[in-house]
Amino acid sequence: MSLTGVLRPGHVAIRVLELEPALKHYTEVLGLIETARDPKNKRVFLKAWDEHDHHSVVLREADEAGMDYMGWKVDSPATLKKLAADVEKSKLCQDLAWIPAGEHPGTGERFRFTVPTGHAMELYAEKDRLGNNCGTDGPDINPLPWPDDLKGIAPSRFDHCLLYGDDLDGTCKVFRDVLGFGLSEQVLLKADPNTMIGAFLSCSNKAHDIAFIRQPVKGKFHHASFELGSWEKVLRAGDILSRHHTSIDIGPTRHGITRGETIYFFDPSGNRNEVFSGGYIYYPDKPPLTWYDDSLGPAIFYHDRKINESFLSVFT
Amino acid sequence: MPHLITIENSGERFTGADSMSVLAAMEQARCRGIPVGCRNGGCGACKVRVTSGRYRTGKMSRAVVSVADEATGCVLACKTYPESDLGVEALGRVLQPAGPRPGASFSFVIPRSEKEA
Repeated sequence: MSLTGVLRPGHVAIRVLELEPALKHYTEVLGLIETARDPKNKRVFLKAWDEHDHHSVVLREADEAGMDYMGWKVDSPATLKKLAADVEKSKLCQDLAWIPAGEHPGTGERFRFTVPTGHAMELYAEKDRLGNNCGTDGPDINPLPWPDDLKGIAPSRFDHCLLYGDDLDGTCKVFRDVLGFGLSEQVLLKADPNTMIGAFLSCSNKAHDIAFIRQPVKGKFHHASFELGSWEKVLRAGDILSRHHTSIDIGPTRHGITRGETIYFFDPSGNRNEVFSGGYIYYPDKPPLTWYDDSLGPAIFYHDRKINESFLSVFT
Repeated sequence: MPHLITIENSGERFTGADSMSVLAAMEQARCRGIPVGCRNGGCGACKVRVTSGRYRTGKMSRAVVSVADEATGCVLACKTYPESDLGVEALGRVLQPAGPRPGASFSFVIPRSEKEA
């Protein structure tokens, strides 16, 4: 089966307390590239170097930290209409709305809805292509493996988010039954295996495109993650974060779930970021991997075999 | 000029400079009375009530420190800078092992400030 329907996480909109320190972090330390500003709404748009579309991260200055919404690119305007109708028909989501084209620069219309865990999600089909600046004889012609002038950690792409919320079953139903995601890994209660406390969902060949952990809260943000090509680059990320006195949460280490190599750190407003490498190829016919809550330690941090104090209690 | 900071719950005392947050001074002194979270004003783990002394604050997320909180001296230690000797009382999460509790439906530990909200 070729990749159709929902293609990938296309953007994440993050609230920051002060735009300038946030921008410095996201461009100079994390190493994203600024592509547009919207001074009226105090927003800045950024992309990672290997993303072709106009932006994948939106920073908005606000009084609260956290996530405004996450956007998913679908394969065509026809798919956008179909999935929007499917979401509406499912009656599982709230606050359905069409956001007009151009509200994000270079972006077509977006269909927004709130999933049962309280997170706003969007679907869209069109975004201007800026390219990855690697072509040597014109855009995308005889490309270099990576462009000049990268700054900071310089991940290749925005990869996934981990979100916290209460109605995990309802949100899983939206992603699996309506949007066509597969379940790559799950965490179940050993005493009651019908109760899922963690879900790792994929719309692609990645080990996850989004993950949720059941918590008695609505709409909370654990982290936004960005991809690096190797374990050594994760170590180098640790060097860069220390050099900039960035608040590091944990790592470099390895996740049991997805097998990713990781470092967690915080932006200047306390929103958690991750850069990671590794994982595996997911196919839709792969059986879900199951972890039980009594192995949550190695599932989350494979080397320490225990969750650090902040994993479950620190989020925005 | 260094100021003496006292965490009333734990009885820990350490000194902190005007330019250093109460939380950073606590970490530097290797004290543990205030829970450490994001260190950047977003998560609320290090919420304290200032019981005595003068201080100034940086911007804190309204999701974890309301206007009313701030008016009663409830602030985030990571965004609080001493201007005199300070007494503080930690209000953040109570540390508990994560996992299901016997006889209760499954619930992870959340910051106390959210439970109270």
